Amino acid sequence: MRYRHDEWPSALAIVIGVLLVGCDQPSMERQPKYETFEAAPGWPHGQSAREPVPGTIAHDDTLKPIPDTQPQELDAALLDRGQQRYDIFCSPCHDRTGHGNGMVVQRGFPAPPTFHSERLRNAPLQHVVDVITNGFGVMYPYRDRVPVEDRWAIAAYIQALQLSQHTSVDDLPPAQRSELERASTGDTRREGNQ
Amino acid sequence: MAPLFRPRTNALTVVFLVGVLALLVAISVIAYVVYRSPYQTDAGYAPEQPIPFSHQHHVGGLGIDCQYCHTSAETSDFAGIPPTRTCMTCHSQEWTNAEMLAPVRESLSHQEPLAWTRVHKLADYTYFSHRAHVNNGVGCESCHGRVDKMHMTVQRQPLTMEWCLECHRDPGSELRPQDKITSMGYSPEDDAIPGHELIDQYDINLDHLTECSSCHR
Ligand code: HEC
Ligand code: HEC
Ligand code: HEC
Ligand code: HEC
Ligand code: HEC
Ligand code: HEC
Repeated sequence: MRYRHDEWPSALAIVIGVLLVGCDQPSMERQPKYETFEAAPGWPHGQSAREPVPGTIAHDDTLKPIPDTQPQELDAALLDRGQQRYDIFCSPCHDRTGHGNGMVVQRGFPAPPTFHSERLRNAPLQHVVDVITNGFGVMYPYRDRVPVEDRWAIAAYIQALQLSQHTSVDDLPPAQRSELERASTGDTRREGNQ
Repeated sequence: MAPLFRPRTNALTVVFLVGVLALLVAISVIAYVVYRSPYQTDAGYAPEQPIPFSHQHHVGGLGIDCQYCHTSAETSDFAGIPPTRTCMTCHSQEWTNAEMLAPVRESLSHQEPLAWTRVHKLADYTYFSHRAHVNNGVGCESCHGRVDKMHMTVQRQPLTMEWCLECHRDPGSELRPQDKITSMGYSPEDDAIPGHELIDQYDINLDHLTECSSCHR
């Protein structure tokens, strides 16, 4: 009956195997690598994320100076992008129409000037781009969150906003103008009936 | 000599065997239930934070878009946690003396980052990317729930493999148009655009979504 003695190592292996399968494997769950922003005791501020040395340029950054005219073609896609970014980053204070009465202003933030003043209507697009890049008075800069192309898209969208609030009836194409006139006479009639 | 086992033992043996089997099944069921329960998956986990930051006030009340603070959700794997400066764009003028915000001001003056406690955490052997989802029609709400109603940030979903796959097998009903990604309270089913059209529109390749190497790489 020699084979009985050969059997026990394999039986033991099976038992150990079964026991191991039952174990959690924390070492795979928490691997010795840093994920974004993971704490790293021993490093400055306990952070694994390092501050870049001043003057560092990201490998995919452009070395060209910030353009001083609209770098992209002005089309509907650019205005859409501008609107989306404006609503995210600017509308909390400047509100969706640019009158400067956003939610945060209603809770006590100093009110920004309206975009629909003579001065800002005549300001070049570059002015808005500079304000986003460097801030203005109590308004903080947004350059860390709004990349250069988006700054121009926002500037273009603000100009569209300004036009939307400052268009005379004579600038409308004839079809829209007659529609507007019909709508406004319709309104007065309805009001008269009440 | 009297027999070692009496006839009664036969019945006892059956009872014993059935009992052991039942016990094994019961242990397995309990183990599975515990394994899938919020206790194990962390659904409902809402840790204490250094500052009682409320998404309800900032998102629900003020209507600030997620990307004002979680700026990199669209461009990287990591959604991003706002640096102190982002809070200061408003709190330099707003609630400037509140005791609650003292850690924010200290963080700014000492150049010491705020240490938020992580709420969601996948195991390191899984790969997850916000960019892949946010640009392909999956809204924040599908995975994080009604953030605009949270006083304390809480994990709503189990984040198990089963949960990821449930959507990856058939994402159609969860997809939304691009301008509704950060909206809260939007219901994909009631939307005018049917899921299969959005799958085409986003050009989603369903084949590799359930392959192991998509998430374990
Ligand atoms: C937290 C509130 C807040 C946000 C968000 C904000 N601004 Fe402002 N903005 C202000 C205030 C306040 C002023 C007036 C500053 C002053 O006069 O001290 C201002 C001024 C301006 C001006 C006018 C400068 C002038 O010549 O008078 C422009 C242009 C402007 N902001 C553009 C933007 C754009 C573009 C964004 C989005 C990227 C933005 N702002 C986001 C609060 C804000
Ligand atoms: C005013 C800035 C701000 C806005 C706007 C904001 N958040 Fe947050 N969010 C934070 C901060 C700060 C934290 C970290 C503290 C915490 O977990 O409560 C956080 C944490 C989170 C977390 C948990 C992160 C973790 O640790 O796992 C999720 C998920 C989240 N936010 C989703 C959202 C969504 C979705 C929106 C939009 C509906 C949103 N946030 C809007 C500032 C903001
Ligand atoms: C866009 C502007 C804005 C930003 C950015 C912002 N807050 Fe606020 N926060 C407010 C306003 C406005 C209030 C007052 C809320 C109210 O009146 O309902 C407030 C209130 C608070 C309060 C008081 C308690 C409460 O929730 O009402 C805390 C704490 C707070 N914020 C923390 C933060 C932190 C931390 C950050 C950065 C992650 C931050 N806030 C970013 C505008 C902002
Ligand atoms: C497909 C599901 C899904 C979607 C959609 C999603 N998230 Fe997440 N989010 C997660 C998971 C899973 C984690 C944990 C990631 C980890 O542990 O690596 C997470 C983590 C986070 C964190 C913590 C920081 C980080 O990136 O790890 C924040 C903040 C966050 N999400 C915000 C958002 C916002 C804002 C949106 C919408 C623009 C969003 N999420 C959309 C699943 C999702
Ligand atoms: C609500 C639906 C939904 C949920 C939940 C979800 N996903 Fe996704 N996931 C998608 C969609 C849609 C795509 C986009 C497919 C594409 O690239 O076209 C995607 C793509 C991905 C990709 C990129 C695949 C590739 O190779 O391009 C990864 C990785 C991923 N998901 C991981 C996860 C993980 C891990 C979880 C769970 C924590 C998860 N997802 C939960 C819907 C979802
Ligand atoms: C959609 C993304 C996704 C795909 C596809 C996927 N997994 Fe997973 N897997 C996960 C997530 C998420 C977890 C759980 C991570 C956690 O617990 O934090 C996980 C966990 C696991 C675990 C550990 C189980 C446990 O309970 O500890 C194993 C083993 C595994 N996956 C194998 C596979 C295999 C094999 C495949 C291919 C058939 C696969 N996975 C495909 C996302 C995925």
